[in-house]
This record gives sequence, C-alpha cells and structure tokens, in this order.
Amino acid sequence: MVESVAAAAPERGLSRARRADWTLPLLIFVAFAAVPLFGGAASGSYILSLVTRVMVFAIAALALDLLVGFGALVSFGHAAFMGLGAYAVGILAAHGIGDALVALPVALAAAMLFAWVTGIVCLRTRGVYFIMITLAFGQMAYFTASSLAPYGGDDGLTIAARNTIFGFEVLRDDRALYFVTLACLVGAYLLCRAVVGSRFGRVFRGARENPVRMAAIGFEVYRYQLVGYVLAGGLGGLSGFLLANATEFVSPAYMSWQRSGELIIMVILGGIGTLHGAIVGAAAFILVSEWLPEGIYQLGALLQIRSVSDFAEHWKIVFGPLLVLVVLFARGGLIGVGRRILGRSGHE
Amino acid sequence: MSEPVLRLQGLRKSFGGLVVTDDVTLDVQPGELHAVIGPNGAGKTTLINQISGLLLPDSGRILFDGADVTALPLYQRARRGLARSFQITSILAGFSVIDNVALAVQAHRGSSFRFFRAASSEEDLNRRALEALREVDLAHRADVQAGHLSHGEKRALELAIALAMEPKILLLDEPMAGAGRDETARLVAVLQRLKGRLPMILVEHDMTAVFALADRISVLIYGRVLASGAPDVVRNDPQVVAAYLGDEME
Amino acid sequence: MSTTLFVVQTLNGLQLGVLLFLIAAGLTLVFGVMDFINLAHGVQYMLGAYFAVMFYGLTGSFLAALILALGASLLFGLLLEFAVFRHLYDRDHLDHVIATFGVILFLNQGVKFVWGAAPLTLPIPEMFSGSVLLMPGLLYPIWRLVIIGSGLAVALLLYLLVSYSRVGMLVRAGATNAPMVSALGVDIRRLFMIVFGFGTMLAGFAGIMIAPILSVEPGMGDTILILAFVVIVIGGIGSIRGAFVAALLIGLVDTLGRSFAVDILRLFMAPSPARTVGPAIASMLIYLLMALVLYFRPAGLFPAKGR
Repeated sequence: MVESVAAAAPERGLSRARRADWTLPLLIFVAFAAVPLFGGAASGSYILSLVTRVMVFAIAALALDLLVGFGALVSFGHAAFMGLGAYAVGILAAHGIGDALVALPVALAAAMLFAWVTGIVCLRTRGVYFIMITLAFGQMAYFTASSLAPYGGDDGLTIAARNTIFGFEVLRDDRALYFVTLACLVGAYLLCRAVVGSRFGRVFRGARENPVRMAAIGFEVYRYQLVGYVLAGGLGGLSGFLLANATEFVSPAYMSWQRSGELIIMVILGGIGTLHGAIVGAAAFILVSEWLPEGIYQLGALLQIRSVSDFAEHWKIVFGPLLVLVVLFARGGLIGVGRRILGRSGHE
Repeated sequence: MSEPVLRLQGLRKSFGGLVVTDDVTLDVQPGELHAVIGPNGAGKTTLINQISGLLLPDSGRILFDGADVTALPLYQRARRGLARSFQITSILAGFSVIDNVALAVQAHRGSSFRFFRAASSEEDLNRRALEALREVDLAHRADVQAGHLSHGEKRALELAIALAMEPKILLLDEPMAGAGRDETARLVAVLQRLKGRLPMILVEHDMTAVFALADRISVLIYGRVLASGAPDVVRNDPQVVAAYLGDEME
Repeated sequence: MSTTLFVVQTLNGLQLGVLLFLIAAGLTLVFGVMDFINLAHGVQYMLGAYFAVMFYGLTGSFLAALILALGASLLFGLLLEFAVFRHLYDRDHLDHVIATFGVILFLNQGVKFVWGAAPLTLPIPEMFSGSVLLMPGLLYPIWRLVIIGSGLAVALLLYLLVSYSRVGMLVRAGATNAPMVSALGVDIRRLFMIVFGFGTMLAGFAGIMIAPILSVEPGMGDTILILAFVVIVIGGIGSIRGAFVAALLIGLVDTLGRSFAVDILRLFMAPSPARTVGPAIASMLIYLLMALVLYFRPAGLFPAKGR
C-alpha cells in the first residue's frame, strides 16, 4: 500500500480541472504572440495598441482574481494600484526621470506600500464592509490625484516619452512595448499559478473556505491575507506602469471606482478563480467596449435604419443589461460557458 | 500528582443575563482522557470554545502546558499544541482529504510564506498527513474531495486534522455527533488507541463511549461542574443521576 | 477665518449631511434588512432630480412636480426591484455588485438617451428663493434652509416610524435577523418591497430637493453614492440612527474640512505648500475618518446586528 500511495503522490494537489488547463492559457499566449503578425505589423497600428491595452488590464485582472477568486477578498479599489503605478511613471517623468530602472521599482513600491497600509485597515473587516472600505480607499487615491495641481489634477498629465530601459529607447517601438507587456503578462500568470499552489496559496485558499478552521490549525489568517493583498497590489502597480507607458498619459480616471468595478466585471466575466479567466474576461470586456458601438452603427447602416446607427453612442444601454444577464445566468463566466459547449463538464 | 497539562480556574462566561459558564475549575493530567458530559445547553461547547480560544471568558484563567493562555488568540493556542475538533463539521470541503490534513501539518512544519514550490508535492507533509489518516482509518480515502465524504468519515477527518497538528492535548467536541453505530464504534476504537499517548478532553453525549473511554468524568449542569471524578463514582452520584444520568442510563 | 464664513460652512455642512442621510437611510435599510448591496441607489437619486425637472416642465408647479416625481421614483424603484433585484437576494454580494453596476451603466446612459447629456436646471420655488439675514453680515439662501428643515423632518418621521409603528418594528427585527423574521411567519417579500420602495422614495426626494441648486446631469448620483456608502459603513449597516449620526458627521467634516484645511495647515507650514497639500488632505479627510472608525469598530458605530 505504501508504494501505491507513493506513486499517487505526484497526482495530488490542485483539482483535476486546474491541472489539465495548461492548454487554454498556452493557446491564449500563442494567440497574443501571433497578433502582431496578423493584426498589424506596423508600429502605431490600432490593433497593436488595443491588444496592448487588453494585456495591461489582464495583468490587473489576474491580480484581482487572486484576491477575489482565491481569497474571497472582493476588493473594489483595485484600480487604485494601477493608478499609483501609472502616476509613479508620470510624476518621475515630469521631474526628468525617465528610466524604467527607477520608474518600475517606484511604481511597484508605491502600489505595494498603499496596499500594505490600506490592507492593514481593510482586512480587519469582513464581507460587505471590506468591499466598502476598499472602495473608499480607492476613492481617496482618486481624489488625491485629482487635487495634485502640479501634476495635471483632474485633466491628467501627459508623459513626454515612454520609459527607457537602461538608457535605451526600447519601448518607443510599439511592437517592443507589446512584447514586453506580453512577457510581463506571462510572468504574472506563472507567478500567480505558482503562488496558488504553494504553501502560502494553500493557506490563502483555505482561509477563503473556512477561516475559523485555519485559525484552529494554527494560522494567523490576517497576516496571510495582508501578504496576498500586497502581492496583488504590486501586480496592479506593474500593470499601471505598463499602462502609463502604453498611453503616455496618466489621469485620475485610471483610479476611479468605475474602473475598479470594470476590473471586477472582467474577472467575473471570464470565470472567477481560474486565473486565465481573468485574461479572457479582460479581452472580452475591452474588445466588446471597442467594437459594440461600431457594430451597432454598422448594423444600422446595413439595415438602412438611421435610428439604429444613431443608437450606437448609447451602446452602454445594451452593455449594462448584458452584464446583469451574465451574472444571473452564466455560471463560471466565459470559461464556464466554453467548457459546457465543449462538453467538458463535471470538473467544477 | 504531576503537573496537569491543562488547568481551568474559575472560568466564568455570560451572554447578557445568561450565565453559560459558572465558576468552572477542572484539570487534565498527562495521558488522561477527561470526559465532560451534561445535558444540552449545559455549556459544554461554550467551554470548549473558551479553552481553544474562540471565545474569551469574562473571568478566570486557563493554564496550558504551564503557561497562562487566557488572553492568547485562537491561532496561537493552536500553535502551542492545543488542538480541537468541532461539533459541527468544519473541514475544507473543496480540498482533498489529504490536503486538509497536510495543511495542519504545514502549520507546524516550517514557514508557510513560501510562494513557489507546489505544496502538494512536499513529501514530508504528505507522509505525516497519511500517518494521521491511518490513525483514523481514512488513508484509503486520501484523494477524495473532502466534501464528498460520508458524515462519519468527515468526523474522522476532523480527528485526523487535530492529530496532524502534533498536539499536546486534544479537545474533542462531540466527535461522534450524528455518526451511525459502526462509525461510532470505529471512532471509539481510534480513541482507545490514542488513550495514554495524548491527554484529551472529550465532550460527548454517547454514554457507552464515555464510560468505555474516560479516566475521569466531569458533569456540567447549567454551566457549573456538578461532580467530577472516576467514572464509577460519578455514575453512582445521586445528584448526577437525578440531574442527568437517570434518563440516559435506563 | 471669520465667524460668518464658519457659520455659513457649518450650515452647508448640515445641508450636505441631511442630504446624505436621506440617501444613506434607504441604502442602509436595504442592506441591513435584505443583505443587498445596491450600487444603483445613486441613480434613484439622479432619477428623482430628472423626474422633478420633467414634471415641472409639464405642470409649471414645483409642488406638483415634487409629488409626481416622488410617485414616479417609487414606481420606478419598485419596477427595478421586481425586474432585477428580486432575483439577486439569494446571491452573494459579488453578484449584487456586478448586477447593480450594470444597472448604473444602463440608467446613466438611458438618462442621456432620453434627456440628452446637457445639464438641466430646475428653478427654486418662488416662495423660497432669495436669502435671509441670519446674523449681521450673514445672508443665507432660504432654499438651503428648507433642505435642512425638510431633511430633519424626514429624519424625525423615520425615527417615529421605525421606533413606534408595527412596520418599523418588523424592519428593525429584519435588520437584526431577517431569516428569523421570515420564520416567524412575516411575509418577508412584502417587507422587502416596502423597505425598498421607501428607500427609493427617500433617495428620489433628496434628488428633487437638490435639483434647484445643483445641475441635473447623467452620473450625478455616482459621487454621492460613494459618500453614502461611507456614511453607512461608519454608521453601521442596518442602523438608521447610525446613518443619521454618520451623515451629519461626514457632511460637516467634509464641508468644513474643504473650507478650512488650507487655513489650518497654514498654522503649521508655509502658505505655498499648504495651498498644495490642503485640498488633497481635504478630499481625503472623510476616508481617513472612515479608516479610523473601522480600525476601532470594524462593524461601524451602531451596528444593527448584535455582536
């Protein structure tokens, strides 16, 4: 019996569903890598910048899935980490410091410090209070940024040029930025997956299911949640750093609670607790937001109905109820729907 | 008489106007199985909650392994070797059986602030977890999802998790609650095996099990200890019979 | 820092506080009794303002507009409850957040679709326009006093209703332990509807009263929603008393803070940095307050559910 147990040992750990799912993430990353080949090889192409944006938000959504999907910590202030990372880049640039060697660590440090300080307070609360207090801290960051008159205040701040890396203007080329962002996304994904299966991840996930049980075993749940929160903050800061470089602009809107809400939607839309679901969700959300108005307009043109075309600017009227329906009916988000269509049910 | 592993001194706890723990003083000797019995509502679970740290007493002291732990939070008492099982099954239903136990092992073996290595591949943790599972005859169900276990198996898992903590004392809150006859017999056999090795407080309603296992019995009625001593003494105590055992034994 | 300015800003703070209370009261009740996070509460407030503008345009009378808009707010709220929210009560909070977020998107855009994006105005009723002399050198707009007065009156009404009426008792019981109330045989669905409808009307009322002084535009409910959430978190979810105390506290802290932050900072530092840091600190003030309260009382000042 000992031998059979030993042989079975490597099979233990993460649920069967997660073990099998290296194929989907792999497909996603290959698809991302292929975009510049098909979607627009030229620098400055629209597709390139759009998908760069998708990947940037995917990193932030990944971090949020870690919190929400694996830790049951519904943070409604996640956009603040993005904004802090972005502002780090912007403020340093305004003072003439434009190298990633400085900007990136500062962006990460700012986001993680904010996560640590606010996390100390937030994690003392539970459930609804947690959602509310993270929302409020996000607002705090937003209003602070709005009142920073020397850095653009409400109007935001234009960044003269993207960060140099060790002095080289690598990121000026959109394709280079694209692949740097992709590399960061892949790195963030691998990091999150490792963390989820690690000792730390096990405690973190256990705390989601049964915090009293975890304490009864001997874990100080608060500390683990705080570390997880700071980690997610750091990834948010990374995503903000990339966003600032991609758009060459920072504004308080990056930290608005609407943005935080959109991030949560991306996570749920893709499929909570799957990690690559966050990537899918971010892509779906951003691409739909981009193309739905255009689609409605074209539909109106096709049908020769003027009012339909005019309706295009009000695409959110369609989008809003769509989200409600997804929440109400699509369990497991897009990944879940995809699984059901492909007949691979029974893993949940 | 050697130094008791656990000593409760004058514990008191009230919820509003209701006194739930009324000046409870008792101790647990090394290797002893000390049963706590009493009717429903006597305050047995509240007592366990205070000993383990889920509740803070209004007054009184709890001395564990020589140290005053009255003010220590739940997780710190667990780290010191105070393990408990819950009356209402409290396992991680989404985790596998072995992962449930391995987590308890992990809490006492090295730092859990490790982010890269897959915890499920750590042989040391899994081995120790299997040992605990073998003690409760659950090793053959190691890879089953804990939520899919039968009720009796879940109670056994509770026990295994407590054992995996390398405890210095076990607090068992109605481990046989809701278990069928076979499962109860199995659990009793397990506890028999553990007897002597590990001091235990056993809160139970099943009188056959209690009298088969206990070295000492304390009877809790309305939050206060009515009688405490060897099983035969308690069984024949007229006060106890009148208040509680009279209905149970016949 | 003159006394006049201080009095004016204190009154303004009270006015904001009263407004916040009207919005927060409905929010905290819905939350406490139905355990339902309603992000769309802010758009109820916005809709109240829009309905008032619309009915004023039709009738020419503020009073008629007030009554009709209140009715419309109630009806619309009940419609939302019936069509969307009712299906969400059994879901977890995350689902509430997403769904009501979707409702916000829909209504903010819907309002733009129906009334256009340009801000609308509503004139102050003739009787209450102009200012009154409160102190030598202090003229204060009458309408703001009306807002403060009506808000306090509603607060009193709510207090009496909740403390002394049968429905009020059920609401208080529901806020403490809803499943128990249901188990006792009370038609919990109807109670929910009453609570929700009432909350909607309060928010709508706030929107109607503020419409003459603020511009009525899409998204006007968003900022005040966040403030309302801060109020109920500080006050304690499910507690009307908590909402009242917290709303006034926040109204005063926020208004006075913004007015005097720079001046207070000038006591410690040079004028220039004070002018830069001042506004930043002022906008952070209520969140710092909330963090402080939650640090010591993670369930707010007057939590409805017993610990």
